Amino acid sequence: MKTILTVNNISKSYGDKQVIKNISIRLGKGELVSILGVSGVGKTTLFNILSGLTPPDSGNVMLYSRNHEAGAIEGGTVESAADESGTDKAETNITGKNGYLSYMLQKDLLLPHKTVIENAALPLLLEHVPKKTALETAGKEFKHFGLDGTQNQYPSELSGGMRQRVALLRTYLCNKEVALLDEPFSALDTITRASMQQWYLDMMKDIKLSTLFITHDMDEAILLSDRIYIMKGSPATIVEEIIVDEKKPRTSDFTLTEEFLEYKKRIRELL
Amino acid sequence: MFNKKRASLEIGEMMNKKINIVPVVVIILLLIIWQAACTLEWVPRFMLPSPINVVKAFVTDFSLLMDHAKVTLLEAVLGLFFGILLGFVCAVLMDTFPIVKKGLYPILVISQTIPAVAIAPLLILWFSYGMTPKVILVVLVSFFPMAVGLLDGLQSVDEDMIKLMHSMKATRWQIFQYVKLPAALPEFFSGVRIAVAYSVVGAVISEWLGGFSGLGVYMTRVKKSMAYDKMFAVIFFVSAISLILMAFVSVLQKKAMPWAQKK
Repeated sequence: MKTILTVNNISKSYGDKQVIKNISIRLGKGELVSILGVSGVGKTTLFNILSGLTPPDSGNVMLYSRNHEAGAIEGGTVESAADESGTDKAETNITGKNGYLSYMLQKDLLLPHKTVIENAALPLLLEHVPKKTALETAGKEFKHFGLDGTQNQYPSELSGGMRQRVALLRTYLCNKEVALLDEPFSALDTITRASMQQWYLDMMKDIKLSTLFITHDMDEAILLSDRIYIMKGSPATIVEEIIVDEKKPRTSDFTLTEEFLEYKKRIRELL
Repeated sequence: MFNKKRASLEIGEMMNKKINIVPVVVIILLLIIWQAACTLEWVPRFMLPSPINVVKAFVTDFSLLMDHAKVTLLEAVLGLFFGILLGFVCAVLMDTFPIVKKGLYPILVISQTIPAVAIAPLLILWFSYGMTPKVILVVLVSFFPMAVGLLDGLQSVDEDMIKLMHSMKATRWQIFQYVKLPAALPEFFSGVRIAVAYSVVGAVISEWLGGFSGLGVYMTRVKKSMAYDKMFAVIFFVSAISLILMAFVSVLQKKAMPWAQKK
């Protein structure tokens, strides 16, 4: 699998306190990789560094893509673009730079004064895409994201699960090849969360997004990920990498199998 | 089942109506007590005119009151316009540049401890008896609630929202346009409502202290001629003007923030 993003020896301190130390991560094209750790271990700090919001003390973040500016991820074009580009893919140092990766923060952060479709189209509007085109582009995805009919509602009229879908759609429309998702389902109740995970798995069949996924939920990590990095300690380091060798697309039945429990046992010992 | 539901709905509606009726009933009761106090001469007539006399005075002097009101309203609206503008600019500058906030904010607060009545004669001294000193006083009293309210609103925005915007490479202007300004609208309108009330009072006060026309001038004249019924009439008239202007601001707010209606 072709590598799209590498994180090399990232360290960060706030004052005297070192938060994360020597973190290295690799993300393959079309892969979903989780970073699993207890709350407060420094996962969000890591994402803030990857997205360019916070500069690291040392280390770097490299993006391997020929078209990171255009960021073609529409439909199945990712694979073909990758195949064509072959070996001459450009390597870009994006350490401390904004706007190369799409970032979904823990909260949905929808603008209350914009309609659902305007919220989804926000990244396009910020890039000065004409409003009509932006809304059309966003509108095409509504069905796919299970949001049909909500276009002209305000976010306050939607349930928590639906709001999260809008936030995911907005992240998707950032049109970057790599998405950083920071506990996107953690604010939802257990039942909504399970159905959102299932929905996400179904959707990922069609959308080949390379995703780094933060979670503190073991079940979620095992169910969704191709690989899991375990983050632990103070300062936090990556203590283990676990490959979830289960075919995709998965269903929630996977959570009831022997193998699933084996993974879970292993992770629990590590945490 | 259905009947019960309908009945409970009706009770709910009645409850709502009752809540709206309460202040009206209280006001009517107060008016009745006031009228009784005058008719039964609990209070000497020259000290307290009855509500009916006040209404009569209002009707008799209606056209005169309107002429004076035009002047006062013009001063209030002009002052309000510049006050809001100045408050807006101050708030945006203080939000954008922390150093401006550090320097300006304490001065703003100190300036508000100086009573308007004390500045008005000075303004008249400097700018004579025309409209200018009145408008300036209205600007001075109305821009503070605007600046402070709007600044609070601009700074109330979720830090994470700003982070998200940065991660999408939004410019400072885009953050202002998409996030900060809309988020500050409720505070902006609260500020305008307060400024509206201050502006009418401010205009009247500065007219007291010198001028040729305006409701404040009318007030001092009727006071000198001991026409207390007219005095009361103009007092109620001034509050009515403030209330109407504030209601107008509320309507504007509803129009400007359609999303706040849908909850």
